[in-house]
Amino acid sequence: MEHKRRNSILLAIIAIAVVVIPTTLIKIEVIDEYTAQILTLAGINAIIAISLNLISGITGQLALGHAGFMAIGAYTTSSLTMQLGLPLPLAIIAGGFMTAVFGFVIGFPTLKLSGDYLAIVTLGFGEIIRVVLINMKGVTGGAAGLKGVPGFTADILAQPVVSFAVVTATLVLVLAGITNFLLSSYGRAIISIREDEIAAASNGIPVFFYKMFSFTISAFLAGIAGGLYAPFFGYLNPTMFTFLKSVDFLIIVVLGGMGSITGTIIASYVLTYLQEFLRFLKDYRLVIYPFILIFIMLFRPKGLLGRSELSLVGLLNRILQSRAVKTKDDKEARR
Amino acid sequence: MSEPMLNVESISIVFGGLKAVSNFDFKIYEGELVGLIGPNGAGKTTVFNMLSGIYNPTEGKIQFREPDGITRSIEGKAPHVLAKAGIARTFQNIRLFKDLSVLDNVRIAMHNRIAYTPLGAVFRTKAYYQEEVRIKTKAMELLGLFNIDSKSEELAQNLPYGEQRKLEIVRALAGNPRLLLLDEPAAGMNTQETKNLMELISFIRKRFSVTILLIEHDMNLVMGICERLVVLDYGKIIAEGLPEEIKRNPSVIKAYLGEEATIDA
Repeated sequence: MEHKRRNSILLAIIAIAVVVIPTTLIKIEVIDEYTAQILTLAGINAIIAISLNLISGITGQLALGHAGFMAIGAYTTSSLTMQLGLPLPLAIIAGGFMTAVFGFVIGFPTLKLSGDYLAIVTLGFGEIIRVVLINMKGVTGGAAGLKGVPGFTADILAQPVVSFAVVTATLVLVLAGITNFLLSSYGRAIISIREDEIAAASNGIPVFFYKMFSFTISAFLAGIAGGLYAPFFGYLNPTMFTFLKSVDFLIIVVLGGMGSITGTIIASYVLTYLQEFLRFLKDYRLVIYPFILIFIMLFRPKGLLGRSELSLVGLLNRILQSRAVKTKDDKEARR
Repeated sequence: MSEPMLNVESISIVFGGLKAVSNFDFKIYEGELVGLIGPNGAGKTTVFNMLSGIYNPTEGKIQFREPDGITRSIEGKAPHVLAKAGIARTFQNIRLFKDLSVLDNVRIAMHNRIAYTPLGAVFRTKAYYQEEVRIKTKAMELLGLFNIDSKSEELAQNLPYGEQRKLEIVRALAGNPRLLLLDEPAAGMNTQETKNLMELISFIRKRFSVTILLIEHDMNLVMGICERLVVLDYGKIIAEGLPEEIKRNPSVIKAYLGEEATIDA
């Protein structure tokens, strides 16, 4: 019991440090604004990639339209703030719920079937959303885009710091929530669907219900990430949410490891940074980037972490333990 | 005792033009151990699939006495509903959650009686911790009864074949069934393993007071432990009765064992 308490305190400290330390570094300009923006974008990508991993890697149902979910979240949030004057946090949550409703409606007829139907339907859905957004000129600004989405703070100079802090804090909350969920009986139930649907059903798991549950939560999280993206970027255009964007998220998930949440986070930061870092290569970037992906997949076909998770507390405990063993050994050796 | 636990009234199922099972009539009473035998392709597993909700019979009725003592029609109900009502099964071609630990395989089957909500899991409430401890203790206890508790952290796919079969039975029992359907539990086992399995099945029956219906090819096992046998051929029941009677039934010998086979082998 004491061990458990110590671990949760340790975890809370790590969580706060992950948000506070880089925020301070950005504030005192050790990390420049450009890098801060990449880190923020990586955080947003990580949230969507986690949501995609939940349905594709963990529940085992391939989905190819998460850019569409992101778009719904982004446009809902910006419309609510710009046209109805709703406070931003409320608008972001509302964007999440709106996306969840869409997820529910698409999932209901599709997830009754087993097989890759969800992939096809979500792929189509993503494209439909994009076309609808182009044509709803009154609300979305059409193909010209939606300009002047209000940021996280009115103070333009403080914008990078606040954006980073809000996005990273959200990511930490999402990570904590999802991890706790997956380590419960509900998480096991959902994973059992990926492993073997028939066996899961025969052992009392309501397969359709949990697929729906997982897909709706996945849509909700993607919507939240979209809601964070709108004020962070300040400008929305339907061309930002194409099928290729959905594939980008899928690449992150596959590279991090289908079924590994921490792997997804690592891959989000690595790939987002890599895309920016390779800019000096100009057009060759589009050649080098896929090459890097191919190489990683050759050497780690199951992704960086496969299905396992990286546990900082576990790592710390192991280091402390091995040190304790070492000092014990030393003492014994001296005797 | 007069009312059967499971009463199957002439169920049939048609796949395309093929009538895989036709007019299958069957009753099983509380505490019985019945064997369902027949040559390959006779439709035994199809019967199991209908009883466990994987297939919906084209015709006929299946009545099951649920834990509350009320008998209900269960044909066409979803497998998870039947699992909760108390019908558990194993599979001919073992269907474990291969990439999960032995312990998780058992814990998943306990999910249908979980006592905390998803939010309770996210916020790690007291109910979450208590329930997780309870589930783990019970799962380990079950694994202990079958001597595989020392392997609880291993991946299910790394267990030797015999233990995988055992684990599947443990998982089925974890859902608190009243009727256990075993689909060829001795498939791929040698004589010694089959003998151990027979002891295991008798033990399960006593320890969990569960009614068992089993499909089996191994005649020694079937004759040794079943009180009653049902013989299926081409989707139809061709004989029913005590093992001794079945042994001598000429149509069974012809259909199941072949013309020249001797039974006492």
